[in-house]
Amino acid sequence: MPAVSKGDGMRGLAVFISDIRNCKSKEAEIKRINKELANIRSKFKGDKALDGYSKKKYVCKLLFIFLLGHDIDFGHMEAVNLLSSNKYTEKQIGYLFISVLVNSNSELIRLINNAIKNDLSSRNPTFMCLALHCIANVGSREMAEAFASEIPRILVAGDTMDSVKQSAALCLLRLYKTSPDLVLMGEWTSRVVHLLNDQHMGVVTAAISLITCLSQKNPDEFKTCVSLAVSRLSRIVSSASTDLQDYTYYFVPAPWLSCKLLRLLQCYPPPEDGAVKGRLVECLETILNKAQEPPKSKKVQHSNAKNAILFEAISLIIHYDSEPNLLVRACNQLGQFLQHRETNLRYLALESMCTLASSEFSHEAVKTHIETVINALKTERDVSVRQRAADLLYAMCDRSNAKQIVAEMLSYLETADYSIREEMVLKVAILAEKYAVDYSWYVDTILNLIRIAGDYVSEEVWYRVIQIVINRDDVQGYAAKTVFEVLELVVGRWFGSVLLGRPLVQFNLLHSKFHLCSVPTRALLLSAYIKFINLFPETKATIQEVLRCDSQIRNSDVELQQRAVEYLKLSSIASTDVLATVLEEMPPFPERESSILAKLKKKKGPGAVSVTELDDSKREAGELNGGADRGPDTASTPSPSADLLGIRSAAPVGAAQTNAGSLLVDVFSDSGPAAPSAAVNDDGFLRFVCKNNGVLFENQLLQIGIKSEYRQNLGRMYLFYGNKTSVQFASFSTTVSCPGELQLNVQSKPVEPLVEGGAQIQQVLNIECITDFCDAPLLNIKFRYGGALQNLTLKLPVTINKFFQPTEMSSSDFFQRWKQLSQPQQEAQKIFKANHSMDTEVLKAKLLGLGTALLDNIDPNPENYVCAGVIQTKGQQIGCLLRLEPNAQAQMYRLTLRCSKDTVSKRLCELLAQQF
Amino acid sequence: MPFLCLFFMLLFSRQGKLRLQKWYVPLSDKEKKKITRELVQTVLARKPKMCSFLEWRDLKIVYKRYASLYFCCAIEDQDNELITLEIIHRYVELLDKYFGSVCELDIIFNFEKAYFILDEFLLGGEAQETSKKNVLKAIEQADLLQEVRYSPR
Repeated sequence: MPAVSKGDGMRGLAVFISDIRNCKSKEAEIKRINKELANIRSKFKGDKALDGYSKKKYVCKLLFIFLLGHDIDFGHMEAVNLLSSNKYTEKQIGYLFISVLVNSNSELIRLINNAIKNDLSSRNPTFMCLALHCIANVGSREMAEAFASEIPRILVAGDTMDSVKQSAALCLLRLYKTSPDLVLMGEWTSRVVHLLNDQHMGVVTAAISLITCLSQKNPDEFKTCVSLAVSRLSRIVSSASTDLQDYTYYFVPAPWLSCKLLRLLQCYPPPEDGAVKGRLVECLETILNKAQEPPKSKKVQHSNAKNAILFEAISLIIHYDSEPNLLVRACNQLGQFLQHRETNLRYLALESMCTLASSEFSHEAVKTHIETVINALKTERDVSVRQRAADLLYAMCDRSNAKQIVAEMLSYLETADYSIREEMVLKVAILAEKYAVDYSWYVDTILNLIRIAGDYVSEEVWYRVIQIVINRDDVQGYAAKTVFEVLELVVGRWFGSVLLGRPLVQFNLLHSKFHLCSVPTRALLLSAYIKFINLFPETKATIQEVLRCDSQIRNSDVELQQRAVEYLKLSSIASTDVLATVLEEMPPFPERESSILAKLKKKKGPGAVSVTELDDSKREAGELNGGADRGPDTASTPSPSADLLGIRSAAPVGAAQTNAGSLLVDVFSDSGPAAPSAAVNDDGFLRFVCKNNGVLFENQLLQIGIKSEYRQNLGRMYLFYGNKTSVQFASFSTTVSCPGELQLNVQSKPVEPLVEGGAQIQQVLNIECITDFCDAPLLNIKFRYGGALQNLTLKLPVTINKFFQPTEMSSSDFFQRWKQLSQPQQEAQKIFKANHSMDTEVLKAKLLGLGTALLDNIDPNPENYVCAGVIQTKGQQIGCLLRLEPNAQAQMYRLTLRCSKDTVSKRLCELLAQQF
Repeated sequence: MPFLCLFFMLLFSRQGKLRLQKWYVPLSDKEKKKITRELVQTVLARKPKMCSFLEWRDLKIVYKRYASLYFCCAIEDQDNELITLEIIHRYVELLDKYFGSVCELDIIFNFEKAYFILDEFLLGGEAQETSKKNVLKAIEQADLLQEVRYSPR
């Protein structure tokens, strides 16, 4: 190639660029640019028609100015004119300007589309490619509307040139990403899959990106790609390093294509066909073997390309999670990288090992590297590598090494970078909770954590500690003693039960530190004071005086002022009895997801916690909380601190009712922050536990109705979206996602993007239950209403009980099975207040709606209800027995569930306790 | 699951001057400027021996310095970092071959060519043609067409 064939050399442009480079100051540059803009503007407006060359030159100058970071508000029309020039170089500059500068809603789009259309039908491959590049670069909806049906035809036509095919494949991919609803599957789809077999490696490389994206959305339609991909991969992997000529990169055959093939395979489960699977395993083994061979070149490009394939192969091995041999080999390979001299490889090895740690087959193998990883945490010079090491330590932690890992993390925290402290604190707190074997260790760890990184200990950690301490009587003494010694912070909650004797002295001691505390702490202290009044009436006068003083009752902080006013009022108007009721000790917290886990989960990335871990931790937390036999769950104290927990599910449903009946509702009616309207709609969700049809959601704009039916482990849900306004909804789209590792398979077709005023559209979801589950799938709806983007997320009411098959049985059978399910974790029980009518017919209807069989003449007490059913999941049947004992006098229920799977008992119990 | 796709590619000098920007996701000009400013700062602050990958917002940044220029790509968090590093290298090779020992000035004065080469190599953020010969052949053919008048049939 000649040293740049600047045949078109635009001298004017080069001079202008030199001028700009010679500018001594920003001001001079701006001056020069403004001069040029004025010049170009006058040229474009001038009477004389510009020739193509000048137009090209000026458009190019505008482009340069734009790329320098200045706004350009003219020249678009001239650029569009260049598109229809019959000189290639002018056309090319026109397209470049449009790709960089034209946004999708431009009015020019019609003109641009016209020019593109002409070039696409020109049969000149160079022009066709230019047009396709432009579509791929802009990728607007208008372009999708104009070309989404044309491009597949070009892609699979027999006479299309290879280079055009490549552009067409990626162009179509871009359109599919922007407007999937406009790219219709059809006869071409099967032909696209066969491009994997194409002779031209470039065509395969481009096509596979498209195929991967399409397979993700339509796995069944594209599943033939698995065997094609395996055979292509096998041919590449076994080829000699020179076979593929220019597709060999530093002695590595087709690294990009290899990575993409391995990625495509990660869209599917392991191949069912034994021969295909065998071939694939062979490929993976070869890739692992090659990693051990001496390098064919010392260049970093060689090892990077080789290792890129290796890491992709390891991802696939982890994705399958079914070949213990390969998993362990992968782990050993990564172990070698942990001590590699290349920082990049150490980083990637730590990252990749994190996922290996969660596989049961390789967890132990990962653990053997603990010393190296700890060392990395201490000695790596790059904070992002240290972060990966901390993530990996967290992932490899279990009962056997928890104490060591927590100790190392704590000591690292002393010097840790500020950017990662908060996350480290969360991780230590979670591990301490999850693997606590004795409470003193737990309390010591947490207090250490607070000592070392107090500023980074978020509220979530605090509340979680309090939650645990409260639920364990035996920890309270130790915790209170230790805390008191350190005098870090005194928390109102467990105060009442700990302090004994000489209350006034203690109050004064406590209050002496008041002015040193932060606002949230002071708020807690005020709550503690009102409890003092309740427990030790002799302190009443002193405390009232404190509350009355200006610094409290006129405090500039709203929360503090409100508390002071309310507590003062409460202490003076309420009788001793009422005060005692209001300030009665909080019941233990209902078992629930650790709030810190939830916080960590919000942070994305490989260190994030999976749902299985969460379940583990629930179980562990259960032990730590001392079991669930703590009587009714209704909160009797509308303590302001209850709201501060900031967890939606925190307040048991009964609480609101109890409060409403209380005399003191006025005093407390606006205490604490009002529950914010949750981003995810929960109420609608709960109304559908015992029914399948109805209105899920409604606001001023939109109504969503559902109808659903379930059989065995399958379900079908019809969603009806009704536009309540008279204005069209534009860009209407919905997505269903399964948070975490929710074991549901939900398939849906995209909806029409436009919903006319007053119209209703329908969407069908097909649901398959893989294993039992707790979370609900989320439905996200986005649309534009009068220009404003509306975005809302609802929980879809798919609950585990939907997959019930009713089971009829005799009294003796029932009790025999009841006894068989007698292990403590198989049973879940709740006692709760009635929230709805206790009418027999209503109750029966609800229990039938639950999906179980309602059995008569079983329970010796005719007032009680007994049900039985089997939950059908894809791989398992879970037998469930239910007993509901109403107590009409007390307006209470006792609900008992026994299931062959403990998580199911627990989940059903949670769901049902809110239904009656 | 992501599939080996770039979100954007930025080329900037050691002085923080942007030399080339290519966006594969629709963003407003304001967002683009903000991202550029933030990233240029972050990357320039890193020391030579540090790892070439960094987490940034929800994305992963893969960057490498060639003489006075930084090449910087954004990919999805779970994507393949090493192959992205080689995407950068291949692009540098293409520029080098085309300009003959490419330097920053070539890219400044022939920015449009740098864009054309990139479009032949990557389209929509995905590799379109990884063979060096084939990409350069396409550019060469286009250069030959430079001043040829094309008359429609």
